[in-house]
Amino acid sequence: MFNYTFRWNQALKSLPQMLEGALVTMEIAILSMVIGIAIAIVLTLFRLSPLRPLRAVAAVWVEIARNTPALFQIYMVHFGLGSFGIHLTPYLSLLIGIAYNNAGYLTENFRGALTAIPETQTRAARSLGMTSLQAFRHVVMPQMLRIAFLPMTNQMVWAILMTSLGAVVAMNSDLYGVANDLNARTFRTFEIFAIAAVIFYLITKTITISARLLAARLFRY
Amino acid sequence: MFDTALTVNDLLFLARGAGMTLLVTAIAVGLGTLMGIVFGVVRYQVGPWWGAPLTFFLDIFRSIPLLIQLVLANAFVTTVLGFRVSGFTVACGVLSLYTAAYCAEIVRGGIEAVPQTVRRAARSLGMSWGQDMTHIVLPLATRVALPSWIGLALGVMKDTSLVFVVQVVELLKSTQILITRLQEPLFLLLICGLFYFLISFPIARFGGYLEKKWLAND
Repeated sequence: MFNYTFRWNQALKSLPQMLEGALVTMEIAILSMVIGIAIAIVLTLFRLSPLRPLRAVAAVWVEIARNTPALFQIYMVHFGLGSFGIHLTPYLSLLIGIAYNNAGYLTENFRGALTAIPETQTRAARSLGMTSLQAFRHVVMPQMLRIAFLPMTNQMVWAILMTSLGAVVAMNSDLYGVANDLNARTFRTFEIFAIAAVIFYLITKTITISARLLAARLFRY
Repeated sequence: MFDTALTVNDLLFLARGAGMTLLVTAIAVGLGTLMGIVFGVVRYQVGPWWGAPLTFFLDIFRSIPLLIQLVLANAFVTTVLGFRVSGFTVACGVLSLYTAAYCAEIVRGGIEAVPQTVRRAARSLGMSWGQDMTHIVLPLATRVALPSWIGLALGVMKDTSLVFVVQVVELLKSTQILITRLQEPLFLLLICGLFYFLISFPIARFGGYLEKKWLAND
């Protein structure tokens, strides 16, 4: 049928290496999400604050994260900071780049979630004697995180997919990097990347399906 | 920083890259939207069971990194099938399907947002399926779908930065080529980022404005 001989054996032999790469991919994605969520919560606070400079920081962060390619952001971390004399390893550049992107998108998601939480709740909490930070921490934030749960899992899938961009900063230990290296050595491009694609598919499906099951259990009332 | 070695020719080179970015975006969004509308309507019409194969096919494009899709498609078409096609064609093809996969979801969501009762009313007034679709569903679904579609189109524009893997020189790649030659990463990256931002930001704002305006009228 094809004028091409598939050599799946050769590619399958490197499966353990690729699975190790998949672990690094997941590690980066999870770390970048944790950092991203933490920063997004801070940026959401900045957004709600009465101080203009803080609101401006949040706005600039979100707009740059959402209006430039993720690849550009990773470039900027790696080569842009490099021209200030800050030289990061590929791993760190990729992690920071993705975390920056995550934080921007998540802040926007949180903003959407906040509109669903009535203003009166904050006022009630304040009149019970809570400080505005306490009101945010104990009343608003738990609901906000719950409403934004599904957008957050979407962002997690995006983070997994974004790890493949590490190739441009010479990252070679994540799934895409491992596949790329194997490809350079064996030239079985189609077989190797097909296996990488299947692994990526399985990872993202596992995340979306388990998130849906988790959401059904956590938020059933 | 303003003591730069950047010449007019280099700027033209960047402009050509930007032109390539916009060209690939236009083709991918155009073809992708057409396919997406067809896929979305088909998926809605045949229901979840018969639509499962199509759903699975489209889901693949959303679950695998675009970079791998491009490499795989390129390897498949050029080495496995043995066709001589340019990277540009492969990039446009993959990005169109990628756009279609997201667009189908948006279209389906838009159609589902039209209340069943409104459509039944249209049918009982004697409208055919086609009339119902064009005169009732299309205007109502567009209001729901257009803001997300604008977001999708901008997302595709940003994702065209990945077509460098199939040897298409678009804006970010041409910036990188200049960085290698001039060794002024920060300055060049800022120019490149500014270009993306100046296109994306106003359109994103417009999308947000539409969303807010139409939400208020509901």
